[in-house]
Amino acid sequence: MTMKTTSRQVDGVTVVDLSGSITLDEGSAMLRKTVKGLAQQGSRRIVLNLGGVTAMDSTGIGELISAYTSVRNAGGELKLLNLTREVHELLRITKLSAVFDIQDDEPSAVAAFQH
Amino acid sequence: MHANATRISYALESTLESVNTAEQAALELASKTGFDQNECGRIGIAVREATINAILHGNRYDPAKRVTVCFESTPEGLTIAVRDEGPGLDPASLPDPLAPENFLKSSGRGIFLIRAFMDEVGFPSVATGAEITMTKFLRTPAGGSAKDQRDDAKDDQEATQ
Repeated sequence: MTMKTTSRQVDGVTVVDLSGSITLDEGSAMLRKTVKGLAQQGSRRIVLNLGGVTAMDSTGIGELISAYTSVRNAGGELKLLNLTREVHELLRITKLSAVFDIQDDEPSAVAAFQH
Repeated sequence: MHANATRISYALESTLESVNTAEQAALELASKTGFDQNECGRIGIAVREATINAILHGNRYDPAKRVTVCFESTPEGLTIAVRDEGPGLDPASLPDPLAPENFLKSSGRGIFLIRAFMDEVGFPSVATGAEITMTKFLRTPAGGSAKDQRDDAKDDQEATQ
């Protein structure tokens, strides 16, 4: 299943809803381009809502890291929302859950930027 | 070969479509072998990562080269061998993705994930190319693996002889 992204604004925060697969050749490049484009357009507070992600592999993990570093390099912050059990497991195994700010619900994710 | 084994082999083209073919085959055979949905997903990712490595780093998309994926399903579990026709692989040279200098790199986690998701992983030396073998054992109701149960029974048998 190809990945789809939809961006919306919530209280000054850009929420990107992702659905489908973040795997090699299926959506990974789209995630990178979407987040980089948002950062270039001035978005400094970005939430990636991964609730609709059906599959992720090591390429997808790499794309999350690329998204994280591109936002950080632009002086912004990126948070992850609604991780599936599988994505949680991938980030736990790779120890990257200590890098990302992971939130379980959207109001908390948006509010986390205020602190 | 195990007496009650089912073996299935695929010779796949060096294209990204083959990655999905191998993963789908792994998911179906893992389910038939008796793994639950979570374990099937882990086996599927392991096979996906091994096939990606074979196509990208082994065969380098060379249309003249094939990736061979062999599955062996037994009452104890599932063994998969993924072989390419590339320049070979030295597993000792693989970078540690948890090392500080690699931690935020966007690649280099494929074999790390395979090792995390499978019970046994090996890199047998082959005449040409590279091969990775990986095994996942079924869990018994008592919590051990079917392999442990077989080994214990063998030990008991030897002790009584």
